[in-house]
Amino acid sequence: MRNIWTIAKREYDQYFISPIAYVIAFAILLILGIDFAGYFGDAMRNSFQNFGSAPDASRTTSLLAFLLMLTTPAITMRLISEEARTGTLELLLTAPVRDFELVAGKWLGALLYILSLVFVTLIYPILLNNFIEPGLDIPATLTAYLGVVLLSGVFIAIGTGISALFKNQIASFFITFLVFLALWWLVGFPAYFITGSAGEVFNYLNITEHFYNGFNTGVIELKNLVYYISLIALGLFTGTIAIETRRWR
Amino acid sequence: MIQVNGLIKDYGIRRALDNITFDANQGEIVGFLGPNGAGKTTTMRILTGYMPPSGGEAIVAGYDVVEESLEVRKRVGYLPETVPLYNDMTALDYLKFMASLRQIPNAEDRAWETLELVNLDDRATNYIGNFSKGMRQRVGLAQALLHRPEVIILDEPTIGLDPAQVVEVRNVIREIGKDRTVLFSTHILSEAQQICDRVLIINKGKIVAEDTPENLQSRVLGAERVLLRVRGDADGLDVIVKKVKGTSKVEFKQADAVEFEFAAGQDVRPQVAKAVVQAGYELVEMRPVGMSLEEIFLELTDDKPAGKRA
Repeated sequence: MRNIWTIAKREYDQYFISPIAYVIAFAILLILGIDFAGYFGDAMRNSFQNFGSAPDASRTTSLLAFLLMLTTPAITMRLISEEARTGTLELLLTAPVRDFELVAGKWLGALLYILSLVFVTLIYPILLNNFIEPGLDIPATLTAYLGVVLLSGVFIAIGTGISALFKNQIASFFITFLVFLALWWLVGFPAYFITGSAGEVFNYLNITEHFYNGFNTGVIELKNLVYYISLIALGLFTGTIAIETRRWR
Repeated sequence: MIQVNGLIKDYGIRRALDNITFDANQGEIVGFLGPNGAGKTTTMRILTGYMPPSGGEAIVAGYDVVEESLEVRKRVGYLPETVPLYNDMTALDYLKFMASLRQIPNAEDRAWETLELVNLDDRATNYIGNFSKGMRQRVGLAQALLHRPEVIILDEPTIGLDPAQVVEVRNVIREIGKDRTVLFSTHILSEAQQICDRVLIINKGKIVAEDTPENLQSRVLGAERVLLRVRGDADGLDVIVKKVKGTSKVEFKQADAVEFEFAAGQDVRPQVAKAVVQAGYELVEMRPVGMSLEEIFLELTDDKPAGKRA
């Protein structure tokens, strides 16, 4: 357990000297900020004229989830690929660290970075809550944020697993991105044409379903939790197996 | 400390290690020699728990490398051939990171001590990315020594260093090798000759020779060769030497010196010296001219018919 933390901490520190991490943080906050400014302005005006509805932070969280889907591959691509390329993986694999601890540490480090970023975005709901009457539905907002956190955990776990498969960062990036696109859009398509329980299966596999019709509406459902946690486990498992296979090659 | 028994490693259909057997004891510095691709790195990677063998067994510090890999890794210090460093960390942070992975208490103190050991304490807070090759090598070495391991495995530790640094690194190896087991690979043969207690020569995945550097020489040669030099006129010297019983292959090498051989174990040097002096020559030098390790190495790794192999 301590090893997971040691590796996570190094990884986390790493992001604060990485230009790509700053670029992504800047881009996400800028786009969210522009979108929020428009919404906030409208909400303010409506609120003064006393015909506005209660403010809703789910607009920000849904955009945030989409932006994270686009950017996480660039955050995770280097996690293990880079270590393999520079030879430092040999160092970690000959240190008394279990393969799973290595993968979990990498995952946790990247997750903590994303969480720091997500933490900064809390400024938008706080503004809504303080300036727009009658304030936010706090539990619903927190649930939406829990969804964002879990979704980040899923994205990063898949990214970490794929990064363990490739020595080349670019390969890691594109494969991760393709998997995300598949989970985000492709998997859901058949549900439009297939009715009945078969359609349900595709709907269940769709990653957006669990967020936009689940957490982001302020509802915590067991099936959504199970879905996200299974995907996190799958990603970490893939990573661990990939490293073990690397040893046997 | 290291016991290797019938180790086999296959990469696909290529057999990289073919039934390797050797051992190394505590306090012993063992040199691992061989041309590129002979299987040195593969062997080391197996011993450090990086990859499992395809067959055979290896016991390091009392633990099996496959069954108890974590225990082995706790007790082994390893410097891989490509020194594994994080360029964006300072030397001190890097060692502290490794110390915490190895669960060393007082990580910071230990990191400093180890930096002193490899003479880098004055650069501790500089980024590794700005280090010269020699300094990088020393940081790598520090990483391998950090947890004071029982077994130290170094893959080409002196490659790419300037001569002064080579001497420095060799001294560190010699120093730490006093009470630990050191296995290091090199293809600089004089290095093995200088610091190893024992040399293993490996070629095409097989150990072709294993002995002390001195014994290897005489085994390959089968006889000892001596150079004898006199002052002034050396005419007829070869005749005198030839007369002594037990000498062979007597020949002039320079105007004032002859070389001769005697069978290993039958030292005729005193008799030769006596005969030369009695014949009125001024004997100024008599020294063994052993084959260098280079020659032995070529001899052993050459694809000649087996006849001359040790």
